[in-house]
Amino acid sequence: MATVQFAEVKKSFGAFPVIKGVNIDIEDGEFVILVGPSGCGKSTLLRMLAGLENISGGEIRIGGRQVNNLPPKERDIAMVFQNYALYPHMTVAKNMAFSLMLNSAPQAEIDKRVNYAAGILGLTNLLDRYPRQLSGGQRQRVAMGRAIVRDPQVFLFDEPLSNLDAKLRVAMRAEIKELHQRLKTTTVYVTHDQIEAMTMADKIVVMHDGRVEQIGSPLELYDRPNNLFVASFIGSPAMNMIKGRLDPQDPMHFVAKDGTRLPLTRAYANAAGRDLVYGLRPEYIRLDPNGYSVPVVVTEPTGYETQMVVQFGGAEVSCVFRERIPARPGENISITIDAEHVHLFDEQTGMRLTA
Amino acid sequence: MTMPSSAGQNAPQRSLGARLGNNRDFLGFLFMLPAAVFLLCFLTYPLGLGVWLGFTDTKIGRDGIFIGLENYQFLWSDSVFWMSVFNTVLYTTVASVLKFALGLWLALLLNEHLPFKSFFRAIVLLPWVVPTVLSALAFWWIYDAQFSIVSWSLMKMGLIDAPINFLGDPTNARASVIAANVWRGIPFVAISLLAGLQTIPASLQEAASLDGASSWQRFRHVTLPMLTPIIAVVMTFSVLFTFTDFQLIYVLTKGGPVNATHLMATLSFQRAIPGGQLGEGAAIAVAMVPFLLAAIMFSFFGLQRRKWQQGGGD
Repeated sequence: MATVQFAEVKKSFGAFPVIKGVNIDIEDGEFVILVGPSGCGKSTLLRMLAGLENISGGEIRIGGRQVNNLPPKERDIAMVFQNYALYPHMTVAKNMAFSLMLNSAPQAEIDKRVNYAAGILGLTNLLDRYPRQLSGGQRQRVAMGRAIVRDPQVFLFDEPLSNLDAKLRVAMRAEIKELHQRLKTTTVYVTHDQIEAMTMADKIVVMHDGRVEQIGSPLELYDRPNNLFVASFIGSPAMNMIKGRLDPQDPMHFVAKDGTRLPLTRAYANAAGRDLVYGLRPEYIRLDPNGYSVPVVVTEPTGYETQMVVQFGGAEVSCVFRERIPARPGENISITIDAEHVHLFDEQTGMRLTA
Repeated sequence: MTMPSSAGQNAPQRSLGARLGNNRDFLGFLFMLPAAVFLLCFLTYPLGLGVWLGFTDTKIGRDGIFIGLENYQFLWSDSVFWMSVFNTVLYTTVASVLKFALGLWLALLLNEHLPFKSFFRAIVLLPWVVPTVLSALAFWWIYDAQFSIVSWSLMKMGLIDAPINFLGDPTNARASVIAANVWRGIPFVAISLLAGLQTIPASLQEAASLDGASSWQRFRHVTLPMLTPIIAVVMTFSVLFTFTDFQLIYVLTKGGPVNATHLMATLSFQRAIPGGQLGEGAAIAVAMVPFLLAAIMFSFFGLQRRKWQQGGGD
């Protein structure tokens, strides 16, 4: 187990920069998830940590030791690949034992560690199978077993669940989290799925376009997104963004482009006269007979809750209600806003405004 | 409820051609016919004729009669024939081993990230693209007893005093034709193995290097085992091509000196056409069949899907 630090890490392919100065501190035993859209550089950053890509600038440290120029095999890390990268010509047992075999570990030690890992992951009956004979979830577990057997300082996961079907993904999510709680090995995990990030991470690093947008615990990111990118990326359904300005006469109200007046609970400095975005999460919209009357565009009952898209403030706004609502598209419902949970962003800079 | 009327009764009687045109079996036969005729004319007939000629005493200009195994009895006690068998086996073995080793090495090099990669890949194919006779003529010149560029260079460097007698000495001649064959055969092996290498996912190499494998260990434990199915195919073809080689030898040495480079294919031609003994030449050619069958059987069993290649299912 070890800490991991990225300090001003940069990477370019030719003249094209893909990582533009990244700083991340990962504590010993922490489960950190790098999340962001495709092409944001998260996988490249992970591969740089693994030693599979060289570093154009800055410093990466594992356990306080600079590893910039160390080859992968000297970094004492294990990685689970998106396609699992199991050796197709080796049985499950040999796949897991491969690294120990290369280190000329005694056979008794190899057997002990392989059986231990297989026991944890429920692979004991599959040790003589070849990867081709396994299901996706089983292959995923073998890939994790190969990492566990190593007992490395850091686990790396590169989108490990994206090749699995939805149901299995939820199950494996819980399994990986449980595994981390059991082994307490520092883990860096890359995904583009914000739900994976929210459910599994101790700490989330949101990346966009080669930069870190925000680092924080899942709920910190959810409750206090630094900017429009994080606000729209974290949360499902996504945060609603209504464009407009402060009311010049009444700074405690926001006026949307179509003239709808929306409440604020705080006075924001430096907000007057600027183009603003009123950020409102779907669950902070409630039904209220005395509220705004808005037309329904789409309704999606899930049984547990009702998701709706309504026309409001000049935009299509998603709402999530606990109630079951009979209203059909075209009909109107009355809603109100939980103004306590509203975020205000500067449209130009994208930054969150503070009161 | 009315009975549906039978189509056969009400429909107008169709012509024989129209009915055959709708018959799947007949159409299938029709579409297969050109290929079958082609194979019969150009594969089965010459092969059958060759086997038949081997049992006759046919000479050029004279129809032969059936003489049973007489040709084979004669060959059994013919030292030149046995020399050609030895030469063919030696030629095939040494050339195939060299082609495999050098071809694999070249494929591994070309699989790395080199500058001008596609240019080098194209260059590697050249020896294979050039017509055999043309490259054989070039080698003939390179191996010339007086004007060889190899001898000339070595003499200029002061390594030897007199030109090397490449094609005049039995041992030198054998080595020379093998070298020429290797030069020609490497591209096929290299490019085929390169194609095989590219089917090995990069993440396997990365996983192995994270597992602590050195580059030799990665080759030994990941690349080579995953390449074996393709190696089996490529080397089978390479062995078949080498075993039946004719052009190179015929241009370079015509089997000489003193039959030291006669292969079964060149001896067969030599006896049958310039020598006029069609029956005997055919018998030599037929004698190659067991060797070729052995190579094919080897690949057939070598190529059987390994356990790890088999798909799902318990």
